[in-house]
Amino acid sequence: MTDSPLLTIRDLYVEGRAGEDWLPIIKGIDLTLHRGEVLGLIGESGAGKSTLGLAAMGFARDGCRISRGEIRFDGIDLRTTSERAKRKLRGRRIAYVAQSAAASFNPAHKLIDQYAEAPLLHGVMAREQARHDAIELYDKMRLPNPQEIGFRYPHQVSGGQLQRAMTAMAMACRPDLIIFDEPTTALDVTTQIEVLAAIRDIVRQFGTAAIYITHDLAVVAQMADRIKILLRGEQVEEADTRTMLAAPREDYTKSLWAVRSFARAEQPAATDDPIISVRGVTAAYGKTTVLQDVSFDIHAGRTVAVVGESGSGKSTAARVITGLLPPVAGEILLDGTALPPDYRARTRDQLRQCQMIYQMADTALNPKLTLREIIGRPAEMYLGLHGRALRDRVRALLEMIELEPDSYIDRLPSELSGGQKQRIGIARALAADPRLIICDEVTSALDQIVQEGILRLLDKLQSELGLAYMFITHDLATVRAIADDVVVMKQGRIVEQGTKAQVFAPPHAPYTDLLLSSVPEMDPDWLSNLLKARSV
Amino acid sequence: MSLPIFLILFLIGSFALAFVFRAGLSRILPHRHAIVARDMPLTAAFGIMVIIAYVFVALMAPVLAPFAEREVVGAQFQPWGGAHPLGTDRLGRDMLSRLIYGARNTVGIAFATTVLAFVVGAILGIWAALRGGWLDQVLSRFVDALMAIPSLIFSLLLLTIFGTSVLTLILVIAAVDATRVYRISRSVAQGIVVMDYIEAARLRGEGTWYLIRREILPNALAPLVAEFGLRFCFVFLTISSLSFLGLGIKPPMADWGSMVRDNATLITFGDITPLLPAGAIALLTVAVNFVVDWQLHRASGLKE
Amino acid sequence: MHAVLIMIAQRLALGALTLIVVSIVIFSATELLPGDLASAILGQSATPETLAALRAQLGLNDPAPVRYWAWLTGALQGDFGVSLATRRPIADMIEQRLGNTLFLALYAAALAVPLALVLGILAALWRNSIFDRVANAGALSAISFPEFFIAYILVLWLAQTGYFPSMVRLTPVTSFPDKLYMSFLPALTLTLVVTAHMMRMTRAAIINLMAQPYIEMARLKGASPLRIVLRHALPNALAPIINVIALNLAYLITGVVVVEVVFVYPGLGQLMVDSVAKRDIAVVQAIALIFASAYVLLNLTADVLSTLTNPRLMKRG
Repeated sequence: MTDSPLLTIRDLYVEGRAGEDWLPIIKGIDLTLHRGEVLGLIGESGAGKSTLGLAAMGFARDGCRISRGEIRFDGIDLRTTSERAKRKLRGRRIAYVAQSAAASFNPAHKLIDQYAEAPLLHGVMAREQARHDAIELYDKMRLPNPQEIGFRYPHQVSGGQLQRAMTAMAMACRPDLIIFDEPTTALDVTTQIEVLAAIRDIVRQFGTAAIYITHDLAVVAQMADRIKILLRGEQVEEADTRTMLAAPREDYTKSLWAVRSFARAEQPAATDDPIISVRGVTAAYGKTTVLQDVSFDIHAGRTVAVVGESGSGKSTAARVITGLLPPVAGEILLDGTALPPDYRARTRDQLRQCQMIYQMADTALNPKLTLREIIGRPAEMYLGLHGRALRDRVRALLEMIELEPDSYIDRLPSELSGGQKQRIGIARALAADPRLIICDEVTSALDQIVQEGILRLLDKLQSELGLAYMFITHDLATVRAIADDVVVMKQGRIVEQGTKAQVFAPPHAPYTDLLLSSVPEMDPDWLSNLLKARSV
Repeated sequence: MSLPIFLILFLIGSFALAFVFRAGLSRILPHRHAIVARDMPLTAAFGIMVIIAYVFVALMAPVLAPFAEREVVGAQFQPWGGAHPLGTDRLGRDMLSRLIYGARNTVGIAFATTVLAFVVGAILGIWAALRGGWLDQVLSRFVDALMAIPSLIFSLLLLTIFGTSVLTLILVIAAVDATRVYRISRSVAQGIVVMDYIEAARLRGEGTWYLIRREILPNALAPLVAEFGLRFCFVFLTISSLSFLGLGIKPPMADWGSMVRDNATLITFGDITPLLPAGAIALLTVAVNFVVDWQLHRASGLKE
Repeated sequence: MHAVLIMIAQRLALGALTLIVVSIVIFSATELLPGDLASAILGQSATPETLAALRAQLGLNDPAPVRYWAWLTGALQGDFGVSLATRRPIADMIEQRLGNTLFLALYAAALAVPLALVLGILAALWRNSIFDRVANAGALSAISFPEFFIAYILVLWLAQTGYFPSMVRLTPVTSFPDKLYMSFLPALTLTLVVTAHMMRMTRAAIINLMAQPYIEMARLKGASPLRIVLRHALPNALAPIINVIALNLAYLITGVVVVEVVFVYPGLGQLMVDSVAKRDIAVVQAIALIFASAYVLLNLTADVLSTLTNPRLMKRG
């Protein structure tokens, strides 16, 4: 009994509609999952991991179809069984936890009624019993106020709590299998820890089998017994977690592991005068104060990493420096002289010295302009280049960002990959011949291998051109890799600041400590050890 | 009852024509456009074919029409056939010739009105979105107030004051429709203005005119072109309705709306002649709508 | 609940303000006349003496705000002044016709709203099916046709064969069933046009809703298609559907003008067209005020109703 697998998938093909044609998303995947086992599914965007997760429920999204292969759940063939029979399985024996809990809860109903829906529908429990059960599970998921929280509507509950409520909801019928589709991707690190711990506990407690989908290796290392790696709809390799972490076989897997290896050489503390000084800045949107008395310096040739979770005010700090949001109090000094607070009052040369690179390269490049125009415009405007000189400059910039000028110069942004777009953002900033570049979460929308390339490129340009970077990020791994100086922010205030060595070496400020310890590590025992350490 | 049979024959005929037209297009056009032509639905092919035909007739009206636009050439209400394939109208003017000239007058006036409404509405709308602040507030509240009155009612009110010449007609309809264009262009532009590439251009120190010309307009073009098509239909129908009500383009100028009004009595005798100009209006608006629908569908499909 | 009451009070205040602004715009129409009202009435034949006498009679010597106030307070009590062309009180001319127009609009709405909602929802549920494509092309055509084209086709088809009258003669003693029968063709014309608009908007609203992640979640919980529509989609679809209905009822206000003329229906629209031709500004203003108020009130009602059905607003802490 116990050794017959719960779920087997054989030679599965899923296709997605593109106009009149069908393109393959999943290309011949095999998968076996035993009762109580957790399988981690890892891949970059477009690897087909969500599609595979849904296919395990015999489900394909609109515009997709399962075209070939076998899906067998506890002896039931999900490809041939009726829609009616599949509905009886869904929610009861196989449940699903979506990435965005806020969008996946129906805004019209209370959490507890949505919890009770599946048990009532499948006749597992009566309404009153389901409500009692919900409160019990909310408690197990360590939700605050478990007695009361279910009687709220989704918009009244925070993202991390909704994600836990959704896991509780998936557990309602005590299913044999739960599909977790990137449940913590949208959360801050400190919230992520709580959700991860709660999910792991409840899955273990009920002995539920799970497929855990994510792009984050360190996260999956905590959750999964086995890891399967996907690349463009095909399997790269599969092994149990410890083996996979210790001895990956395939080159692609090794390259995923290698991402974490890049680190910038340690620099001595700065002695020269700063390019930009932020002095006692307080800023507000309307009546809401978002920055409180913030001061820090940025020196030539150095990288200041401003780190914090959402709502910490780190992006606002960038808006104040660029002049998009004039501060309520305090000032920005450029080479010791105060800059006009509003960018419209700044001279062209002042604007030129500080350039910006954005998080979403998609929205940062005008989709209707060619790369020649996008990169050429700042050079034309600030440096007065025209004709041949301008063309040579654009070509030189394309070479600097490692794109071959002849084949790229006349392309539109839509003809580039995500990483290439971000390189164009860098080239546009460089074209102004700036002294400071503000990088706002420039790697967080990219896959890990691509991130690595961007970080290396930025590092190379910095040492060649002596640029200063202000690097805004929520990702401490990135900070470790590239920072010289670190500013830690929380709710609009600076909690701790100093050189990287100072900030990363104990003793930390309590919040820095929480932030640092919350970053998942590759060690499969990391979460258990951390929880043990924190509960002491 | 011959009407349903006629309708079915008409539908089959036009789809066959559209099919041939599409096949022809995908053969003549260069490769990149040929693919687009090959994949377009028959409704869109039909629409494009009809629009081309109308433009041709409007441009070539003096050559195509057998008689002059305003000339009385025979008895009143002559039946179809002979020298007057579609008979004559209430005053004995040739129906076919007037239909052909109508393509020039009715469509031309509607087109001019739409262009005027668009230039004014779109420029103000984009400007308001870009500048924001009090300028946006003042313009938008003003437009809100004007839009609180249904457009046909407002047009009638203005026509009462300014009289019903062709020029006032164009100005009044353009003014009323410019408010609608303003609102659409403003919301399209607002979607673009929040993009990071606009912020980047602002921080670079670009002026308003450069932002509109290079950064916003190229990206707003697709929705605005679709809106132009819809707006044209709306203006065209409004002008035709006003002419039909006797408040728009007036005889002796050949105009489809007023031709329906002039000859409406024939309907009571079961003669379908007055339906011809009405059908000419309907056919063009259907054609434009089919093309716009296809373009909107394409635009939304490409985003996915 | 408290926040919602405030929000509704705000909407109502805004609606009242809009009505005032609309009435000012309509009133200012006379101010735009070349010359003034008196010279417009008397035309070429005016002598300085007759002009002065008429100005005094019409109260034109008062400043504009005073005249606006007199006009508005009169209108609110049902007194719209006298017609410039006939010198009869406008209220008498309007009274009967207002009822007729309301009857026609309600008649068309009663046919169109259920028809459009059913067609729209079915088209959305059976997206890209043959039914959807045919309904869509049909609706697009109906939108594109001028109202008088549809009206005359119906006349040719249904009146020529003698099933329904092509002209509507209503008297105060016409019985209700007779009214329904005689007004059938104009009501059907309006229904066809409005249904097309409403169906397309309903379809778009439902499709937009069905793409929400919580609908996928409901499917993955094993809910049946019927349950998904009734429990998960419908509570969130009310607001968009209310707006679609209001928008199209407002559209009826415009549509009624042309249709009344075609069928010689004794309503406000026909009176308005006649008055525009005679340049009887006083009557045009009165009718414009009535139509515009109806339009504003409809939109206001929709606004308030969709606020009341929005769970995010209604169920706040």
